[in-house]
Amino acid sequence: MAVRPADERVRDFSEVDTGFSREEAIAEAERCLQCKKPLCIDGCPVGIDIPAFIALIAEGDICAAAGIIQQSNMLPAICGRVCPQETQCEERCILGNKESPVRIGQLERYVADFARKEGVLPPERGKNTGKQVAVVGSGPAGITAAAELAAAGHDVTIFESLHKPGGVLTYGIPAFRLPKDIVDYEINRVLSRGVRLLCNHVVGRSITVQELLAYDAVLLGTGAGLPYFMNLPGEHLNGVYSANEFLTRINLMHADRFPLYDTPVIRGSRVVVAGAGNVAMDAARAARRLGGRVTLVYRRREKDMPARAAEIAHAREEGITFVTCANPVEISGETVVTGVSCVKMNMCEADESGRPSAVPIPDTQFVIDADIFIQAIGQGPNPLLLSLFDSISRGKAGNVIADADGKTSLPRVFAAGDVTTGSATVIEAMGAAKKAAKAICRMLQD
Amino acid sequence: MYTITASNEIAENIFEIWVEAPHVATHAQAGQFVIIRVDETGERIPLTISAVTGDRVRIIFMAVGKTTHALAGIQAGEDIADIAGPLGKPSEIEKYGTCVLVGGGVGIASLPFIAQSLKKADNRVIGIIGARSANFLILEDEMRSICDELCITTDDGSKGFHGFAADILKELNNTRKLDAVWIIGPTIMMKVTAEVTREKKVQTFVSLNPIMVDGTGMCGSCRCRVGNETKFACVDGPEFDAHAVDFNLLMQRQRMYTEMERISLERFHEYTCTSREEQ
Ligand SMILES: Cc1cc2nc3c(=O)[nH]c(=O)nc-3n(C[C@H](O)[C@H](O)[C@H](O)COP(=O)(O)OP(=O)(O)OC[C@H]3O[C@@H](n4cnc5c(N)ncnc54)[C@H](O)[C@@H]3O)c2cc1C
Ligand SMILES: Cc1cc2nc3c(=O)[nH]c(=O)nc-3n(C[C@H](O)[C@H](O)[C@H](O)COP(=O)(O)OP(=O)(O)OC[C@H]3O[C@@H](n4cnc5c(N)ncnc54)[C@H](O)[C@@H]3O)c2cc1C
Ligand code: SF4
Ligand code: SF4
Ligand code: FES
Repeated sequence: MAVRPADERVRDFSEVDTGFSREEAIAEAERCLQCKKPLCIDGCPVGIDIPAFIALIAEGDICAAAGIIQQSNMLPAICGRVCPQETQCEERCILGNKESPVRIGQLERYVADFARKEGVLPPERGKNTGKQVAVVGSGPAGITAAAELAAAGHDVTIFESLHKPGGVLTYGIPAFRLPKDIVDYEINRVLSRGVRLLCNHVVGRSITVQELLAYDAVLLGTGAGLPYFMNLPGEHLNGVYSANEFLTRINLMHADRFPLYDTPVIRGSRVVVAGAGNVAMDAARAARRLGGRVTLVYRRREKDMPARAAEIAHAREEGITFVTCANPVEISGETVVTGVSCVKMNMCEADESGRPSAVPIPDTQFVIDADIFIQAIGQGPNPLLLSLFDSISRGKAGNVIADADGKTSLPRVFAAGDVTTGSATVIEAMGAAKKAAKAICRMLQD
Repeated sequence: MYTITASNEIAENIFEIWVEAPHVATHAQAGQFVIIRVDETGERIPLTISAVTGDRVRIIFMAVGKTTHALAGIQAGEDIADIAGPLGKPSEIEKYGTCVLVGGGVGIASLPFIAQSLKKADNRVIGIIGARSANFLILEDEMRSICDELCITTDDGSKGFHGFAADILKELNNTRKLDAVWIIGPTIMMKVTAEVTREKKVQTFVSLNPIMVDGTGMCGSCRCRVGNETKFACVDGPEFDAHAVDFNLLMQRQRMYTEMERISLERFHEYTCTSREEQ
């Protein structure tokens, strides 16, 4: 398994982690104890039969391993790369108690990459039931639900407002973590089951809620795409971005390749990023690749950072400066950003989130020079469509309330993924979508 | 892929295209816009829906930069990669009484759809359409056929009233009771013209044109300040209360990529010129 050296990788958007070789994969697979009661499976939101596929790798039958994974996960090359395995399958692996857990995510990725090169075929579409299901959004939730529903023989239409499917996989997570040809490949495979995908269709505008409700069932997988802003003085200055905008310009519109692609993005020479989740790390590392000196400002301590440990380490290796226990309070500049004023923060007693609350320390203001300021402080469900459903029950953050089967307060309307949980993970969105698809199938049978 | 069924230059450097896009056409309302992407390497740009017939929508635009120049070069029968919409909130159409629609330059493109909708809602509609000069004036006949009264202005006096649309609006505002006003045109024109109706507090709408990416509320590129609140023009607008908009900020944000836009356009001209010479 190889990670490309930092000074090489900051010059391009190619993948940082190049994955296992065949020998490494087999050696790692041989470490697995093949537990009678495999705890790892409980840690996987889609319940992949982990010991079974690992045993096949150890035997060298990678195609058969791909078949096992495919039964539970239609997007394995994606999940193998972006799942926070350390808090899911690998956290539960029994080997973690004594030595290090089996590297399940890397093995899954190895199998998926192998299968992609071999062109392993997707399962057949089920016998037509004549039922029509509308899926709104083509992120991990929508794609997974569509795959399940099509396998059950339903006639599935996905509506996507952007010109490309994939949701955050396409516009949010940068290519250096998740190459876009892999996203295209895995999504096209699902679509090849006879799922209809209509891009450029903004539900609520290009089709009305009434038209949507004319389907036998509806699955909402619209994600949590609404960027929050900090409401700081100077926020409207040129050079202030939401992480969503910055990443969308680069990932979806390829602004990193301007002027070969038409969409511009400002290439900052000094970039400040606020936040410390995966989104903030991605924005910081993308800005670094556009040639900027990047400082990441976070109001708590480094150990409180919500991003995956590996991403934090990669960001650090790539030369990103972390300023912790500090919070931006003002953006300075006439028409363009020239600096970000921050105040130092004191860590106090744990608040209700269980983390210590950060409190500004008076008279500790300092300025970081900047020509770009990127805010990555969180996102909420996009209200565009939801505000048109008069009676759907929603939580405080605007998220749709759904039960364990994805059922919402409206009959025949289900929801899964970030739209119900707020920003979470790819695999949780997929797990919830699978449950919702199963519940839809049960409902359509009756 | 979406087919351009017709394409014409209707005034100097101003083009009209009709695009086959049933999902947009069957749902479009006055005041809404689309986002177009010409091809795989293209930018997403917003353009107002100017008219609808059957499954087709009409877009009228000025060739100002790379994307609009490329769009102007597409012939009837050819395709564009993407058209998403209709986007944005529709104009607030109700029975106001006497409405004035003021259009400047290519902004006139937005007016016929709004005028028609206001007529259907039983309003008296007065149109004021203005351009720098007669050869830039668009949609005169169409506006004349919809509006109860129509005034024409040109900055250089080559047609109609010699002066600005704001002068005519001022006159109307002084002599008659106006119930609602729409002003759509270049940002500076909207800013100046909106002052006319401020004192008498006539309900006045402007349609804002900040730089957009997705057009669905997902990026915040289009954020504007309206009455000291941050609004996303693509979902909260594009029409807003003219007397609450911070126009200076809008103009500042519109200039965010001037340098890169210049590079894009130069490359485009260079490329199209050499390929023409080769032919
Ligand atoms: C920058 C970034 C990095 C991340 N990194 C990781 C990571 O490393 N690992 C991980 O597990 N998770 C990560 N996440 C979180 C993960 O991507 C999300 O939890 C996951 O994508 C949610 O899937 P979803 O299908 O619910 O929504 P989304 O992926 O958001 O997809 C929703 C789709 O619905 C479409 N849509 C919305 N409204 C409409 C409408 N009205 N009509 C039609 N279409 C509509 C959107 O355009 C979008 O394509 C990251 C998120 C971001 C933003
Ligand atoms: C809601 C809305 C409706 C519009 N309707 C029309 C219309 O009906 N007819 C018309 O001619 N123009 C309209 N515009 C303006 C049109 O979008 C711009 O002229 C177009 O984007 C210019 O692109 P370009 O590549 O040709 O020029 P560029 O050289 O890229 O830009 C020229 C100027 O256009 C603006 N602009 C550039 N990119 C964008 C973008 N992605 N989004 C918005 N503005 C941008 C900038 O202020 C820039 O300085 C509308 C804009 C908005 C927001
Ligand atoms: S999908 Fe994610 S959680 Fe499940 S086995 Fe793969 S890496 Fe682990
Ligand atoms: S818990 Fe670990 S060792 Fe046991 S089966 Fe799962 S991966 Fe193998
Ligand atoms: S254009 Fe992205 S939020 Fe309006």
